[in-house]
Amino acid sequence: EPSVMVLRTQESTAPGYRRVEGTQRGCAWLILKWLYVLLPLQSDRLLIKGGKIVNDDQSFCADVYMEDGLIKQIGENLIVPGGVKTIDAHGRMLVPGGIDVHTRFQMPDRGMTAADDFYQGTRAALAGGTTMIIDHVVPEPGVSLISAFEQWHEWADSKSCCDYSLHVDITQWHRGVQEEMETLIKDHGVNSFLVYLVYKDQFQLTDSQVYEVFSVIRDLGAIAQVHAENGDIVAEEQRRILELGITGPEGHVLSRPEEVEAEAVNRSVTVANQTNCPLYVTKVMSKSAADVIAQARKKGTVVYGEPIAASLGTDGTHYWSKNWAKAAAYVTSPPLSPDPSTPDYLNSLLSCGDLQVTGSAHCTFNTAQRAVGKDDFTLIPEGTNGAEERMSLIWDKCVVTGKMDENQFVAVTSTNAAKIFNLYPRKGRIAVGSDADLVLWDPDVTKIISAKSHNSVRLEYNIFEGIEVRGAPLVVISQGKIVLEDGNLHTTEGSGRYVPRKPFPDYVYKRIKARSRLAEMRGVPRGLYDGPVCEVSVTPKAMTPASSTKTSPAKQVPQPVRNLHQSGFSLSGAQVDDNIPRRNTQRIVAPPGGRANITSLG
Amino acid sequence: MAERKWNREKEDDLPVYLARPGTADQVPRQKYGGMFCSVEGAYESKTIDFDALSVGQRGPRSPRSPHDGGREAREGGVEIKRAPGKELLQNLDEDESDRLLIKGGRVVNDDQSFYADIYMEDGLIKQIGDNLIVPGGVKTIEANGKMVIPGGIDIHTHFQMPYRGTTTVDDFFLGSKAALAGGTTMIVDHVIPDPGSSLVEAFDRWRDWADEKACCDYTLHVDITHWSDSVKQEVETLIKEKGVNSFQVYMAYKDLYQMTNSELYEIFTFLGERGAIVQVHAENGEIIAEEQARMLEMGITGPEGHVLSRPEELEAEAVFRAVTIASQTNCPLYVTKVMSKSAADIISQARKKGNVVFGEPITASLGTDGTHYWSKNWAKAASFVTSPPLSPDPTTPDYLNTLLSSGDLNVTGSAHCTFSVAQKAIGKDDFTQIPEGVNGVEERMSLIWDKAVVTGKMDENMFVAVTSTNAAKILNLYPRKGRIAVGSDSDLVIWDTDGVRTITAKTHNSAAEYNIFEGMELRGAPLVVICQGKIVLEEGNLHATSGSGRFIPCSPYPDFAYKRVKARKQLAVLRAVPRGMYDGPVSDFLPMSRGGGSSARTSPTKQTPIRNLHHSGFSLAGSPTQRGPPTDEAPIRPAGRRIVVPPGGRSNITSLS
Repeated sequence: EPSVMVLRTQESTAPGYRRVEGTQRGCAWLILKWLYVLLPLQSDRLLIKGGKIVNDDQSFCADVYMEDGLIKQIGENLIVPGGVKTIDAHGRMLVPGGIDVHTRFQMPDRGMTAADDFYQGTRAALAGGTTMIIDHVVPEPGVSLISAFEQWHEWADSKSCCDYSLHVDITQWHRGVQEEMETLIKDHGVNSFLVYLVYKDQFQLTDSQVYEVFSVIRDLGAIAQVHAENGDIVAEEQRRILELGITGPEGHVLSRPEEVEAEAVNRSVTVANQTNCPLYVTKVMSKSAADVIAQARKKGTVVYGEPIAASLGTDGTHYWSKNWAKAAAYVTSPPLSPDPSTPDYLNSLLSCGDLQVTGSAHCTFNTAQRAVGKDDFTLIPEGTNGAEERMSLIWDKCVVTGKMDENQFVAVTSTNAAKIFNLYPRKGRIAVGSDADLVLWDPDVTKIISAKSHNSVRLEYNIFEGIEVRGAPLVVISQGKIVLEDGNLHTTEGSGRYVPRKPFPDYVYKRIKARSRLAEMRGVPRGLYDGPVCEVSVTPKAMTPASSTKTSPAKQVPQPVRNLHQSGFSLSGAQVDDNIPRRNTQRIVAPPGGRANITSLG
Repeated sequence: MAERKWNREKEDDLPVYLARPGTADQVPRQKYGGMFCSVEGAYESKTIDFDALSVGQRGPRSPRSPHDGGREAREGGVEIKRAPGKELLQNLDEDESDRLLIKGGRVVNDDQSFYADIYMEDGLIKQIGDNLIVPGGVKTIEANGKMVIPGGIDIHTHFQMPYRGTTTVDDFFLGSKAALAGGTTMIVDHVIPDPGSSLVEAFDRWRDWADEKACCDYTLHVDITHWSDSVKQEVETLIKEKGVNSFQVYMAYKDLYQMTNSELYEIFTFLGERGAIVQVHAENGEIIAEEQARMLEMGITGPEGHVLSRPEELEAEAVFRAVTIASQTNCPLYVTKVMSKSAADIISQARKKGNVVFGEPITASLGTDGTHYWSKNWAKAASFVTSPPLSPDPTTPDYLNTLLSSGDLNVTGSAHCTFSVAQKAIGKDDFTQIPEGVNGVEERMSLIWDKAVVTGKMDENMFVAVTSTNAAKILNLYPRKGRIAVGSDSDLVIWDTDGVRTITAKTHNSAAEYNIFEGMELRGAPLVVICQGKIVLEEGNLHATSGSGRFIPCSPYPDFAYKRVKARKQLAVLRAVPRGMYDGPVSDFLPMSRGGGSSARTSPTKQTPIRNLHHSGFSLAGSPTQRGPPTDEAPIRPAGRRIVVPPGGRSNITSLS
């Protein structure tokens, strides 16, 4: 029994479009005009009465009036045009539509394509209360970023049912990539790039490359995302596990222990700190990785962690299932942790703000596709479902259990994502002028997740199979249109718009900017050293194998000869800066009484 | 108290309030055989003399109590007595210093301190105890209650290290002499083979140098600067035949010594299987190279660029990575040169999680900080250049001393590697060219005493542990070194807890012009140093003999590190899940190829995909029996597993459970 009434006042003048579809088939022109000009105007007006508006900062009761896909008025006793479709919320919560920051719909993998394309995927998302998704563009190494981006753009434009945006993954690194990144940011509205520390010999970048990518990203004002696992160790472990004769999906998790994830997170935090670049860790799957992020935040690093529906809702014990197909359905990277207390822990960190955003990493392959790796777990295509279940799962695991309140729920499912990716307040908030992406949330309804009823119709397994969740969307409004009511989805293929994102999101870059102003480094003005210099062989490495050098060669290979003549300091300059105070932490230790061969200025 | 007791015994057996005249019902206390009394004579000759063991007072039955008064009078000095004339004659043919008796010292080991005399002969400790029976004419040192500790072991030195055609100014003679002057009687030097050259040859070269010059016992770590199959064999030879059980790898020095993660994994696995200790120089070399380039571009060329391009996070990151790889490969890890708080924190966290990891702070990081890199005196600033650099945070030494005292860090070295100012000046216009290394071998023991014991952070036993015993245990030399016990080498130090000296380059034993601890006043110093049973330091005079040092071979699988590793190895057997063959449909797919038209997301293994598809190791017949160990019948499920309703057997899935 539907508990929300959708009222259509004055149906004679403003009939719902389903009714129209049944009549007037004769006059094509009239119908066309009606469908494309009048109808959108009519049905775009929507009033939600008596709801409790929940934003990330506060909740209050008010009516919401939407027009043209935007929120036009919020308050009580609104003056609205006649003939407006009205939803009576009966005091239920009205939350900003969810933003799923991490999806991989229609992902190509070795000639196969993920089972959920942009149509199926966004339908599933809408069914779960998510009104915007951000998908990952994965350019094949060797393919230009822009052409890959355009490919994805095209796929999504033709199929997506909700607004979307795109992250671009950096799968290789050279100068050309840097120019393409600039173009993507300036002309295509991309402000986040993912680098891989894993998938050795394929996507993996070295630490130096990551350093350079992060420097570029910082200069361009984008967000550096990282898939954090140590690819070198994973490759070694995979080989070892296969040698041991373990070929099933349990080998996947055995070869990727959570330490390896934590190590990579720690390393990327270090590089990000070094380059003063904001960091976003995708797919936080284990306690130790979450701990590293929490610690880094305590030390002041600008880092965000994204647990996904899978890591918040289930664990990795299923890899040991005797049913191969079921075990394979859980294969994703980093893997789900075999520690069954992990979901609870991650939910706690999400609630206390140590982790900020949630995605689903929805990347589904059906059993036949997974079976490519039936004799070798390293060949199983990776990815789990979660776009549909994400909001309900978090409500059930966090809000029902009292870990977080409804406002924090909005923050982690929508607002924080909008802030980080510079979509706020257009997305992620119920405010005048924001997009009309709203969800009427029913906190009490329960349902049992099952592959039989989920919207990923091509998928035989649901990793949350049998979990009973409390809390579900009752009505979902996307772009000002009702797309879910009474349990029925009314989605339109291709209605989703690409939402461009600007660089330098305030939420992230305010701190970064302040720090880069502070972090200027200065040399110490000294006189030229005029004492004796030991004779050394000039070219340390290849030429004279007998002698060993201990200093690291710098990247630009400074020629000693060049440095001798181009020293930036001269004696005359030293006196100008003599009044620079000593660092106040410096301890004064008696100098060893001027030896003759030392120029002592200090 | 003794006085009161004596009085009571004199007057009556019982106190007055128990035995009053007139009250006859008080029975005198039964001394033997009563219900609450011990059997007569039960404890005779069995009781440990706890008084004798306790610190600070002498056992009551000490026969030498008459000496007490005299000891106080001579407080502050030891006295070395040669045998009087007649007895001396009996020993004319022998080298008199081979026999040595230390009388009245407080023997301090890492577990306890007690008063005892020590008799040494032929470089070994022969007897410990009271009232030793020793041959006549023995040279006797009256320790007068001073501490006698095992000689220090400096686990990290770089004496006579070649560097681009020159060598460090302290060779094995000067270096080991400085060590002895500081109370260190054994050093462990690093062999650094040039990348591409033979490890064994380098090892032999170092041995030649050291055998010729060292004045104290020594052993060698070997650094692995490149990795290949031939190196593997050489490492095997070094472990089995040459007595090396510790190898260092570098995570820094890009394009020179640096190892990739995969190489580290292989090396750790290899050494873990052969019972050696993996040492790491932990810094992220790739990021350092990037930062160095950036510093030089910014025009920072002085020594401050060295520390700016190597922030402590890079050290902590590398430590974290090394810990991860070590725990993955189940290999004991030893982190050399812990220079920063964050690196030390990572080590202590890893230890709390149960990883077998040892941290080595060095004299420099325990004693001084990196603010000196900003000194306007170039030569002074350059003398502090070492890697990882000293932390500019002036609270670092205190913090590291605290962790050392709490046992989170275990051993101390000096990383003594000294270059003259002229040598350092190679990098006068480019900090990346400054040869790296600081002094510290002579100052190590005094510095730790001053910073950790005088301040009350640790006690004298812990002091012995971190300066000597733990190092001996890790190197598998315990109890030959690192302990005062019968049968141990007679490497001893009589320690003066109150001696104060000021460290300065003018008086130190090293040949370097600068001392990074210049001007520091340290309390605690060796009074007498005995190395190989001979007195090498007395009254401030060093009697070191070049070439007297012996190479001490180390055997693999030190218990201190490997007991735990072995136990874990037995536990950590991975098993596959016995399943039926998947017999459902399989999608068509393209084999993975880099740069091909299709995008592959799964990680490639080292095997080629074609081989994987066709050479699958399993057949239906073999799957349940061949693969599994005998415990196949129980499904291997983790204990905490949640049973979730299975999605009702779809037709194309072989479901066994």
